Amino acid sequence: MVNGAPVAAEVEDRTLLVHFVRETAGLTATNVGCDTTSCGACTVLLDGESVKSCTVLAAQADGRQVTTVEGLAGPGGELHPMQRAFRAEHGLQCGFCTPGMVMASVSLLQENPHPTEAEVRAGLEGNLCRCTGYHNIVRAVLAAAELEVTGSAGPAEERAS
Amino acid sequence: MIPAPFSYRRADSVAEALDLITEYGDDGKFLAGGHSLLPLMKLRLAMPEVLIDLGPVRELSYIREEDGHIAIGALTRHHDLEHSELLARSVPLLAHAAGQVGDPQVRHRGTIGGSLAHSDPASDLPATVLALDATLMARGPAGLREIPAADFFQGLFETVLEPDELLTEIRVPVPAPDAAGWSFQKFTKRAIDWAIVGVAVQGRAVALVNMAGTPVRAAGVERALAAGAAPAEAAAHAAEGTSPGDDINASPAYREHLARVLVERALVEAQVV
Repeated sequence: MVNGAPVAAEVEDRTLLVHFVRETAGLTATNVGCDTTSCGACTVLLDGESVKSCTVLAAQADGRQVTTVEGLAGPGGELHPMQRAFRAEHGLQCGFCTPGMVMASVSLLQENPHPTEAEVRAGLEGNLCRCTGYHNIVRAVLAAAELEVTGSAGPAEERAS
Repeated sequence: MIPAPFSYRRADSVAEALDLITEYGDDGKFLAGGHSLLPLMKLRLAMPEVLIDLGPVRELSYIREEDGHIAIGALTRHHDLEHSELLARSVPLLAHAAGQVGDPQVRHRGTIGGSLAHSDPASDLPATVLALDATLMARGPAGLREIPAADFFQGLFETVLEPDELLTEIRVPVPAPDAAGWSFQKFTKRAIDWAIVGVAVQGRAVALVNMAGTPVRAAGVERALAAGAAPAEAAAHAAEGTSPGDDINASPAYREHLARVLVERALVEAQVV
């Protein structure tokens, strides 16, 4: 299952999950960055937990739930609180790391809904931003934690509007 | 990068895994979390003909208290070790060290058994189980075998496991109250890197990461502690008997220096007296 929909395909045994997602499922938001389990650009959720899809075989995800950044928005296209927070806090520059950064952040808040700034930085240690936009990314995650708690637009979003 | 072609097989149980490895012999290789093996396969440093995926073998994922020790299934993930209340209470060194492996995504996939069987002396958990005097349980055609951690690691990527044996459980003795002090020190260039040098201390047991082809106990430090040496005095012996490598990160002399500094920090933090 990818983003809640079944995707069935016969693939070569050595197919990596990131290539399955991009080429077989046609979901190209997930990026291949370093291809060496370092940069986190290919981060997706596997059964709700962040993984680097360049280091998982597609076959290992057989029968499991894969979520990419395309699967975060609601049915009417309303953005996930993490996506809203990244936009409001300008948590991206070139955008290449953003899909992985957002997915790692969603996983982080699921495990720790009220992280400190230090916990956010430690929790995103597996995701690199070559633009070095880390400060706003961390602000975005903290703002998303606030959004999820209050369910409303926080001060950051008001500033942005 | 994509690994060289291989055949993928899936085992649903320990019994099935052992049947499959018997069937494929030297051509087969077990796949646990894949976070050591798949990167090596992408680089063509490993090219198994057949990968036997242990992912569905749920019976090897557990952490439970048994008679005087904690029994950990070999397929327990770093993430589960890191967040285990039982470990935090009884063997906090192991929970903490598991939380230092890689990054959260790696810890969601990587397993303790995979890390130990991979036998990379730069990894965190081999030295940790060595400091803890753990016993490793392996199952093969001849049955179940107990292997002390001190005998398990043979060299870079080499263990005493036979090709048809599967590491199934790690038994960690609960430290005695007078050996409860612990510390884990890891020196890296970047957050997610392997240790250039690391130190695991449990009581008066001191093990070093990346100071030889295998994880090693700092025997000179342990002897000095037994003779009543203070941390700084004992730590001066940290590099004795080691054979640190020379690579882009550090020279052997720098690694020896790091070992002395990190052992002293670890002994102070562990309040070893």
